Amino acid sequence: MSDFIGNWHALIVLLVAGVIPNQIWRMLGLWLGGGLDEGSDLLMWVKAVATAILAGVIAQIIVQPPGALASVPWFLRYGALAAGFAAFMVTRRSIFAGVVCGELVMLAGKWWLG
Amino acid sequence: MTLPPLDSQQWQGSLRAFGWGLRATSATILSAVLFVTFIGIGALAHDSGFSMLWAILSTVLVWAGPAQIILVSTLGSGVTIVQAAIAVTMSAIRLFPMVVAVLPLIRTPETKRRDLVLVAHFTAVTLWVECYRFLPHVPREGRIAFVHGLGSGLVLIGLVATIIGYLLAANLSQTFGAAVLLLTPLAFLFSTARNSKGIADVLSLGLGLVLYPVAALLDSGVDILVSGVAAGTIAFGVHKWRERQELA
Repeated sequence: MSDFIGNWHALIVLLVAGVIPNQIWRMLGLWLGGGLDEGSDLLMWVKAVATAILAGVIAQIIVQPPGALASVPWFLRYGALAAGFAAFMVTRRSIFAGVVCGELVMLAGKWWLG
Repeated sequence: MTLPPLDSQQWQGSLRAFGWGLRATSATILSAVLFVTFIGIGALAHDSGFSMLWAILSTVLVWAGPAQIILVSTLGSGVTIVQAAIAVTMSAIRLFPMVVAVLPLIRTPETKRRDLVLVAHFTAVTLWVECYRFLPHVPREGRIAFVHGLGSGLVLIGLVATIIGYLLAANLSQTFGAAVLLLTPLAFLFSTARNSKGIADVLSLGLGLVLYPVAALLDSGVDILVSGVAAGTIAFGVHKWRERQELA
């Protein structure tokens, strides 16, 4: 059971560094919404930065992989992302095709390398 | 799945509207993407040394894939709590315009703000997209209940996937563990690329990918912020510049 709960410190960190900094924007939207122009420059910039941060997260997982993904050599990780993207484009933007192709390239490469 | 016509008896009462919302989760490919993403998040939480309860609570209380991944990966890489909180809050700013955009679709003149707290909590990219698709076919009085159903269904999918991903990472061979972790970047990249419409979207995604490895050389603890603000600002600037060119 204690494995399930983990330590209390980590749960408090989740609240302070995760839940509150995330929820504050939803509640601000609820509180201040209405008076805001959806097409305003400020919101456009915010959306652009948020998308770029998300892209950074994707790059981070590939460049500095966590856990078991670190056992995959860098060229296979980059290759899987590139192959998945190619499949995504060829299939007229099918998320499913991109994910499956990326996974297959990584698994095949790993199997081939032994 | 087709929803009943707007004036149908099947919309009588909020329980029925809730049920239709819950059922709507089965009618979208985004549920599958969500499932895959949260399997990755569960696996990531396991491999970064967090407990199962931690992973469950992060899905239910944070309910934003990018924020959860940033939280796990920053805390896992040993930065301070303040640096992690700043990175999370920067990624969450995008929720603000989403909530602002979703609420007018849902409220009536009699709706009180506290009735919308749960709707705001459920708001994330999946719900946001689905609201635009489904809500025109839902009578306005039933929309809060419908979104509560839709949101609960999506959270349930995310929750089950988080638990499965956590267990898979704990019990699978290294190769399959790596495959589960690879799901997150793949699913995020393609679902974001699919939602990209204008030049600003495409550039912020592309530049964000390319600039992160450069920013990582700084090793500042907030590399994601540095590359994100830089790439987003350039993309926004190019968009404004093109707009002005077209006007001229």
